[in-house]
Amino acid sequence: MDLSHIFNSKKFVNISFYAVLFSVWSFSAYSQEHKAADNEHLSATAEHAEPAEGDEDISQMILHHIADSHEWHFFGNVSIPLPVILLTDNGLVTFLSNKFGHNDHGTEIIDASGTKLVNYHGKFYYPSKVKSADGTYISHDSQGELINGKPLDISITKNVVSLLISAIVLLIVFIGIANAYKKREGKAPKGLQSILEPIILFVRDDIAKPQLGHKYKGFMPYLLTIFFFVWLNNLMGLVPFFPGGANLSGNIAVTMMLALCTFILTTVNGNKNYWGHVFTPHVPWWLYPLIIPVEIIGLFTKPIALMIRLFANITAGHILVLSLISLIFILKSVFVAGVAIPFVLFISVIELVVGFIQAFIFTILSALFISMAIEEKYAEH
Amino acid sequence: MILLALNPLVSPDPGLFIWSTVTFLILFFLLSKFAWKPIVKALDERERSIEDALAKAEMAKAEMAKLISENEDLLKEARLERDSILKEAKEIKDQIVNDAKDLAKSEGAKLIEKAKIEITNQKLTAMAEIKNQVSSLSIEIAEKVLRKQFEDQGKQQALVNDLLKEVKLN
Repeated sequence: MDLSHIFNSKKFVNISFYAVLFSVWSFSAYSQEHKAADNEHLSATAEHAEPAEGDEDISQMILHHIADSHEWHFFGNVSIPLPVILLTDNGLVTFLSNKFGHNDHGTEIIDASGTKLVNYHGKFYYPSKVKSADGTYISHDSQGELINGKPLDISITKNVVSLLISAIVLLIVFIGIANAYKKREGKAPKGLQSILEPIILFVRDDIAKPQLGHKYKGFMPYLLTIFFFVWLNNLMGLVPFFPGGANLSGNIAVTMMLALCTFILTTVNGNKNYWGHVFTPHVPWWLYPLIIPVEIIGLFTKPIALMIRLFANITAGHILVLSLISLIFILKSVFVAGVAIPFVLFISVIELVVGFIQAFIFTILSALFISMAIEEKYAEH
Repeated sequence: MILLALNPLVSPDPGLFIWSTVTFLILFFLLSKFAWKPIVKALDERERSIEDALAKAEMAKAEMAKLISENEDLLKEARLERDSILKEAKEIKDQIVNDAKDLAKSEGAKLIEKAKIEITNQKLTAMAEIKNQVSSLSIEIAEKVLRKQFEDQGKQQALVNDLLKEVKLN
């Protein structure tokens, strides 16, 4: 499969992404430092007070759109409140996210069935005893790090809803297809079946078989699940409105979970060769103190690379699209839309391809790592 | 570091991690059991059946070709046989005709020979008869002549004298 043209365009996307992102970040970093300097002299100025219009606002907006949320925002003031589930010191606390209003600046203590909490930038903390100088119940140490305690937040957030939707869609689609296969046994595929069959065959013939050889069968369910899960969530992330719009596969917790699954699979399936390769590498014995730690680190860098790659690619796409749209607001001219919108369209189309490629890469690398773990004979270099 | 501090994106959220793990594992389990297993099985089976069908078609084709070539061979053989039978028949016919001809010839020759012999025999018999008749006739004639001549005594004496003269001379 020749992917060079896609990788070339990917490179292009990356370059443009870094260009835009860097400019946004350097702007905000500059304004932060600037502000920090101001704060030292004028501690009365609230660092986290309503930011004025400007670059800070834009980058906050972008991060807000990419981050998880306790409500599903549609447009204007219309949004669905989602249930908040907190495992606090006093036990489980649940309430709908709009129960205590939309104050997320940490300036208001809420009393959720006896547990005092404060909502600060969409996250729930235990409030400080006294109000800070900036009017919040949030305290920072001298490094500017938050020191408030935090209950374990297992809320049904926007990402969790998106996750459940994608899981339900996958179940309906593929169990439906499986039934179609049972019903039309031995016949040519039809409808949805014929659309997805080439992709299933692609996973089998271009991912599983070349990597895993004759042992591919046992890992097919995992590879197919991971491929379609990542792909569907990549695509749903590109849809700007419900039921898409959640940046699920660009969320590091999700990619971490997926990478961890691959890591556990490789570790559990690792055979004598695999561990032998790690603990008794084919090098002179005096190199062992150097090589063995490297090999052990290598065990962990592989899933970490998986995690970062998917997260960074998908998040990058989102940031890029949002940044291009933000250009309209940064330059304060509606005519910028004439340039920004075609560009957003262009990037979105590329993101469609990237969504597929990242699912493919995640799956093929998972297959590769598993194949390294189950390889029968250690291949001499 | 300032990028990391700025970015809440790179710190995994435990809640979402728990939810996604649970959801993914359930999804994996359900899909494996109810979707991937039958789908992969059906695909494998269909592929196998297609391969079987193709192999069978190939076999049938080979069989057909074999049959056709066999038929052709048969036909060729039959044609050859027909030719040889015809040839043989012609030969036999010729021989029969020739034999008949020879037989007729020899038979004819034999008949002619026989006829010739018969003719010769008949001729000889006839000759012999004629000779007998001629001799008897000539004897009769001679008798008659002699009788007539020797009716007169003088003539008899003259003749004896003549004969005696002849003997004296010798």
